[in-house]
Amino acid sequence: MRHIISMADLTVTEIDELIATSQDIIISPVKYREACRYKKLATLFFEPSTRTRLSFEAAMYELGGQVLGFSEASSSSAAKGESVADTIRTVCCYADIIAMRHPKEGAPTVAATHASVPVINAGDGGHNHPTQTLTDLLTIKLEKGRFEGLTVGLCGDLKFGRTVHSLVHAMCRYPGVRFVLVSPEELKVPSYVKIPLKEGSVPYEQNTDLVSVLPELDILYMTRVQRERFFNEDDYVRLKDSYILTPEKLAHAKAGLSIMHPLPRVNEISTEIDQDPRACYFRQALNGKFIRMALILKLLEVSV
Amino acid sequence: MNIDSIKNGIVIDHIKAGQGMKVYDFLDLGKLNCSMAVIQNASSNKMGKKDIIKIDSALDVDLNALGYIDPNITINIIQDSVRVMKYHPELPETITNIIRCKNPRCITSTEQQLPHVFRLTDRQKDEYRCVYCESRASR
Repeated sequence: MRHIISMADLTVTEIDELIATSQDIIISPVKYREACRYKKLATLFFEPSTRTRLSFEAAMYELGGQVLGFSEASSSSAAKGESVADTIRTVCCYADIIAMRHPKEGAPTVAATHASVPVINAGDGGHNHPTQTLTDLLTIKLEKGRFEGLTVGLCGDLKFGRTVHSLVHAMCRYPGVRFVLVSPEELKVPSYVKIPLKEGSVPYEQNTDLVSVLPELDILYMTRVQRERFFNEDDYVRLKDSYILTPEKLAHAKAGLSIMHPLPRVNEISTEIDQDPRACYFRQALNGKFIRMALILKLLEVSV
Repeated sequence: MNIDSIKNGIVIDHIKAGQGMKVYDFLDLGKLNCSMAVIQNASSNKMGKKDIIKIDSALDVDLNALGYIDPNITINIIQDSVRVMKYHPELPETITNIIRCKNPRCITSTEQQLPHVFRLTDRQKDEYRCVYCESRASR
């Protein structure tokens, strides 16, 4: 039995296999529609989510399985003070696999310690979110057909965004990948994120100006600059609009650019861009379902 | 000051002066019924001053965990009044309930019954991280 708490729980080969399975699911969905018949997925969401919870549930339904769970802590016994360990022991009586989101960092590790069924971390605060990283990798594979030789721009809050850190870590193992890290000084990537880049001699540049680097990019991964990350309001007001992607800025980009975003967005990508074929963030949300289907199959050890 | 030598037990030597009671608490020595001495500020050629603990009983604990407190400590194992082993404790791979995670976002901040477990992540830098949230331990 396996748990997936962070990307470190998967080998490079396993990540490639999950992507390959997802691609097969996309081509032949009918083949998989009974794969998890009579199996139950428990979605334990101690804090709200739209995409992650619904994509897990859709994934299980499309595999022929069933879903039970809760979508906020207030509708579970956590509201009465029940521990994560006791909740998990209970849920293991009813479900074959668990997807869990919790606001506290490390809660899925506690869950995995007490679980008799596989646990998937569906996000623990700002800590780990492995299925988002898998979703991002699948999206890059589908949009570009490859990982090698891509110039990947990451823009916005690169300091606190663990999704960005995890993606950098996952992508830097492919040859020819180059990173362009665009953020305000206050939100630059922490030094430990750059360690694998330096160790692997992976080229990267840091910049505060999005427009000047846009022409170079094959992928632009946008994140939200959040007000609460700034120490003073003046800095936030000064910086917030510089990282809003508009059609005018996009005019400088390659025709083959892929614009990604983990969503939800607030205003960092203008809605006018949604119709642009380069915008792939809603396709990215769809891919989240396919990769979660592949992950459920793997952890339930179902072969199709 | 004269303290009897021990027959079968442990002498924990070269404890940094002032740290003796920390080691005493860490090993929970107060629960033992055997003869024991905590010597503070003993003179030492090497250290100037040091603390020493003598325990006249075999202890069933992982003394390597002392490596987290101070890897320069010397552990002497005594059998039939003869020292049969002398070593410095290595940094333990994990330490449990010795230090507490200070990350307010960590699950240990809300679930009081959870053990505070830290794993050695970098032996060169003596770096330990919380097994739950991966925050670095602050000494």
